[in-house]
Amino acid sequence: MGYKQILDAYKNIPGGMIEAFNAIQDIYSYLPEEAIIEAAKVFNVPVSKVYDVTTFYSMFSIKPRGKNVIRICQSAPCHVAGAAEVVAALERELGIRIGESTSDGKFALETTECVGQCQDTPVITINGKPYMGVTPATVVDILAEYK
Amino acid sequence: MINLIIDGIKTSVPDGSTILQAAQKVGIHIPTLCAHPDRNVKSNCRICVCEVEGSKLLQTACSQPVFEGMVVKTRSPKVIEARRIILELILSNHPQDCLNCIRNVNCELQHLAKEYCIRENPFKLKTKGLPKDYSTPAIFRDPNKCVLCRRCVETCTIIQGVGALGLENRGYHTMIVPSMGKNLGDSPCVMCGQCIHACPVGAIGEVEYIDELMEAIADPDTIVVTQIAPAVRVAIGEEVGMKTGEMPMNKLVAALRQIGFDYVLHTNFTADLTIMEEGHELLQRLTTGGILPMFTSCSPGWINFCETYYPDLLDNLSTCKSPQQMFGALLKTYWADKMNIDAKKIFSVSIMPCTAKKYEAFRPEMNASGYQDVDIVLTTRELGRLLRLCEIDFDKVEPSEFDPWMGDYTGAAVIFGASGGVMEAALRTVYEVVTQEELKDVNFTETRGFQGIKEAEVDLNGTVVKVAIANGLSNARKLMDQVRAGESPYHFIEIMACPGGCIGGGGQPITRSNIKREERIANIYIEDEQCAIRKSHENPEIKMIYEEFLHEPLGHKSHELLHTHYHAKNKRLI
Repeated sequence: MGYKQILDAYKNIPGGMIEAFNAIQDIYSYLPEEAIIEAAKVFNVPVSKVYDVTTFYSMFSIKPRGKNVIRICQSAPCHVAGAAEVVAALERELGIRIGESTSDGKFALETTECVGQCQDTPVITINGKPYMGVTPATVVDILAEYK
Repeated sequence: MINLIIDGIKTSVPDGSTILQAAQKVGIHIPTLCAHPDRNVKSNCRICVCEVEGSKLLQTACSQPVFEGMVVKTRSPKVIEARRIILELILSNHPQDCLNCIRNVNCELQHLAKEYCIRENPFKLKTKGLPKDYSTPAIFRDPNKCVLCRRCVETCTIIQGVGALGLENRGYHTMIVPSMGKNLGDSPCVMCGQCIHACPVGAIGEVEYIDELMEAIADPDTIVVTQIAPAVRVAIGEEVGMKTGEMPMNKLVAALRQIGFDYVLHTNFTADLTIMEEGHELLQRLTTGGILPMFTSCSPGWINFCETYYPDLLDNLSTCKSPQQMFGALLKTYWADKMNIDAKKIFSVSIMPCTAKKYEAFRPEMNASGYQDVDIVLTTRELGRLLRLCEIDFDKVEPSEFDPWMGDYTGAAVIFGASGGVMEAALRTVYEVVTQEELKDVNFTETRGFQGIKEAEVDLNGTVVKVAIANGLSNARKLMDQVRAGESPYHFIEIMACPGGCIGGGGQPITRSNIKREERIANIYIEDEQCAIRKSHENPEIKMIYEEFLHEPLGHKSHELLHTHYHAKNKRLI
């Protein structure tokens, strides 16, 4: 589906721009410049305003990134529980650093604030799905689901 | 009414007032950076914090509504300490190069640093280290100096309806950026320069051309000629310690000669000429079934706006060049011949209330004379800098008159400086051309004033011509959308990009409130009243140029030199 069709589907919904962007990201994994320009037309606001929205929310990316977005919690409970070792394991397994994407376009590695699963830390999410109590050892198996 | 006590003073203000408004009523000054008298409340900068009895936290005076029995302290040690810390924090990422800044001694942040006796800042200086944006010939941005007050964004989006500026990221990483975080030149910026007036600091300014001028003056083979726009005189006094409108024109002419201009002429001459051409163009469109409504084309910010946002309506624009560009084309042809001067040697400088004029002068099509018609454009602010640079003492300056052939003007030209002025000037001439009768009262008062959209009707021998006037581009949008929808009842529409017209132009002395714009408007009409001739077609030099050179309005020569065409801008990021 093209950007315009997706955007049009959310045109008359309050807060529809955010919903439309989530839908676009589900397909493209990021918000291409053309999608932002099209959104300005559909929602009748300046491009500068749409750009503001896309850069305000950390879940939106305006740069191309890997299809499966892995986000690791950087809040205190996960930090104390050993998030740093999980980050190291993810970076080692994927061969990229936080903020980068794999060259095959499969994975992007990002950080996130608390996702509300502090009962079992450290926590990562992949495409919004939380994985609790992650250890460097379990990272390999989790990634295998997406390879 | 709500009763409250501010710093021990009892007062009552209407329900819904803020602490800031209540304080202003009793003459208590509360500092502000993001608050602006003509804009919405933003409470971004926090500098206006006050103590409110019963509230643990300090409250921002600009946004906090008053309540019955409220007790406010605006200058307690706690408040002053908090304001100083806020200032220190703002200053801790603001470049400390005030001496080199375009807003040196005219900066709201610098002023506050002085008022609050900021000496040593406990916070370590950490600036952004970003490049300055010089992507347009008219306006630059220095993102390092931005204090994130958002006044420019509000002005660009709400007042001007352009939306070239917006926010990027959030929290500590927030920045003000042109569309998509790109350069201003890639954004739909129309170069009106209203953001410059909005900016409390030096984060946005005009691109200066004073060095180019000085180089031309220094060259003995170059003949430096200037034209000065009608809105400049009423405001320039503000730059040199005079009141609005106080600067006498003949002293300003003398000062320009002292600066080193070889000849001093007046854009008002071509304002009168614009009326002749545009007035006849309107009549032609009315009588031959041409495209209506016709839009005025004097305001280059408006032209940029129309080319960007309403490219489908470009045929409605009058083909008349702006007075600046008509002047430029005639200076290096008609005037050069009259004066027996080689046009090649002329350096044509215009002094304008406008930043968009800088861009207009550089348009590739503006070379009808065979040369670049206008070489550089200085703003009123740059003229102020020149007057100070050359230490002009106006008490001692002996008055001087404009040079011949393109220096005469009428009251009709003077009022070009205010919103509605072009319309009124056109009606004064069109009425007499059509009816062949003398206009008894030249004052069309419905077209005057600061109001965003004005309308009027005039009876021309039984044909009622309906006109509308908009100033500020968000007002222009309303009229344009009507035209686009085929619902516009008007024949002739005047648009000025800037609120109040040219007197409120982006190149005028930094204007912190609309009250100042209204003062300048009043002075424009005073000057009109004082003119012996108040109708463009009665200007003796205008009669002469038609007799000797142009022959007739809309004639062959006029089309060659005084008319232009427009291009859709095809901007992506609108």
